[in-house]
Amino acid sequence: MGALTLGLPSKGRLMEATVEWFAARGVSIRRSGAGREYAALAEGVEGLDVVMLSAGEIPRELDRGRIHLGVTGEDLIREKIAGWEARVRIVAAMGFGHADLVVAVPAWWIDVETMADLDEACAQFRARHGAALRIGTKYHTLTREFFRRRGVADYRIVDSQGATEAGPKNQSFEALVDITSSGETLSANHLRVLSDGLILQSQANLCLSLAADWSAKAAAVRDRLARTLGLALG
Amino acid sequence: MTPPTRLGPDLAALERALGGLARLFTGAGYEAVSPPHLFPADLMLDLYGEDIRARAFLFPGGGGDEVCLRPDFTVPVVLAHGERGWGRPARYAYQGPVFRRQAAGSSRPVEYLQAGVENLGAADPAAAEAEVLDLTLRGLGLLGVGAHRVTTGDLGIVFGLLDALEMPAGRRARLRRHLWRPARFHALVAGAVAGAPAPTPRRAALIAAVAAPDPLARIERLAAAEGEIIGLREIEDIAERAAALAEAAAEPPMPAAQADLIEAALAVTGPAEQALARLRDLTAAAGVDLGPQLDAFARRLDAMAARGLDGATLAFDADFGRNLEYYDGFVFEITGPDPALPLAGGGRYDSMTARLGAGRAIPAIGAMIRPEAALAAAGGA
Repeated sequence: MGALTLGLPSKGRLMEATVEWFAARGVSIRRSGAGREYAALAEGVEGLDVVMLSAGEIPRELDRGRIHLGVTGEDLIREKIAGWEARVRIVAAMGFGHADLVVAVPAWWIDVETMADLDEACAQFRARHGAALRIGTKYHTLTREFFRRRGVADYRIVDSQGATEAGPKNQSFEALVDITSSGETLSANHLRVLSDGLILQSQANLCLSLAADWSAKAAAVRDRLARTLGLALG
Repeated sequence: MTPPTRLGPDLAALERALGGLARLFTGAGYEAVSPPHLFPADLMLDLYGEDIRARAFLFPGGGGDEVCLRPDFTVPVVLAHGERGWGRPARYAYQGPVFRRQAAGSSRPVEYLQAGVENLGAADPAAAEAEVLDLTLRGLGLLGVGAHRVTTGDLGIVFGLLDALEMPAGRRARLRRHLWRPARFHALVAGAVAGAPAPTPRRAALIAAVAAPDPLARIERLAAAEGEIIGLREIEDIAERAAALAEAAAEPPMPAAQADLIEAALAVTGPAEQALARLRDLTAAAGVDLGPQLDAFARRLDAMAARGLDGATLAFDADFGRNLEYYDGFVFEITGPDPALPLAGGGRYDSMTARLGAGRAIPAIGAMIRPEAALAAAGGA
């Protein structure tokens, strides 16, 4: 058992890019045991434990202080940790996992180009269809905050955990908030991003938990890791 | 944060306070009512929008419908009144816990007590307003609150001003709709003076289509060229908005004097009597008839004077109450030593009764005291 725990995404392109990022900085990470086990070994920094976690769980584990460091997207940090500034510190933007969180509407809504247009479309939708216009998303908190700042109030959030782009066509909801890297999936689904609908430009970040147990031993491993990575982790 | 358990002498003091307030309110002719803690979330979402989720606790109630843990008593009490029939006047007194979601790290309680009144259908609005403010102040006095500050406002004045000023109907509707969102409202006023910005090519084509021989077909062609027609919104929806956009684009800029008058009226603060005189001067100088609203203000000051509340000292702030969507007339708040922690507050919400099923706006004013905050202020004084 090491003194400092690092949580990494357990699969996919995000995992691969994370392992490459650490390897390029002198910390080699490899799966321990059989391929499907969510344990890993770190070589190059004594006392460092690595746990592989589902990307969505890493913000929660950072928030609760069960891992000292973790790799996750800024979108998830802001969405999942209430008052995140007091709970975690982003110590390095890692240069991959780029994604924009955007508000998108059906491209054929030629009367809706801005958030102010969307607000008026919401009022009109209620008047003509007798119900609130629905926004599909898994980013409930970020959507609420952004819509409030833009003065959009009369809408409903519909939870959508996947294939959100298909929602308007399926009539599950009218518009959506989702991440996009190139915008291709959105256009392929006949959707258009509002001109002032960029909520957040996110990428993978190395984050430090302020809630974790920062004993002298943990701090010592942190400082060794910081020297190896060439980063300030204090 | 969650509140501590109430027990011992603190609990006894709180129960004495609640008993005293109950006697004060029923003695003044207010009937005790105890609505349930939970009610359908749909109602709250329709009234406040999705934002209510950041302020109240909404959760699945089983059977697919969400329920809301009451964030205040106004909506449940008004609903209970509606079930007995909207037509007759009624006075209700309530007390019990309310539940508020708070921002992370906030020191504000997620559960606290409210004791208050709702006065529905009163024939004389000024008398009802003075009565409710007077009762609230007497309630705070009963709990031993000494030094305090009363701030009053009246959203009816800005609404009345928007109605009285000559402007395109679309602009008036937009300003009325955003009155409760001050930043958006001020941006709208500034934008109206500056005039419409140059439209995007997409917007220009849409506006041009409105004046074309067969606008619906033209708009449908424009829309289909941008993407497959999917979802619940219809081409008629877009045509309707296109017509409104064309109208807005043709609106003349708002005269600077009109914008100045709106901003000057919203900036009026001071003792209520002086504020009223200032509003009379402002509107008279601009040749705008705000008579009904200002006369209502004057009648309220008379009704308050009859109860010993002095309009020469009562603070008035024309901008006050604009962060509380649903208040649409007289509003007030009473603070103690900590200006960020109101001890009591209330206001008029006639138009909300229509949205809750009355079919039309019925006169409605309510107020609540926060007994725990009031006792703390009284004890600390």
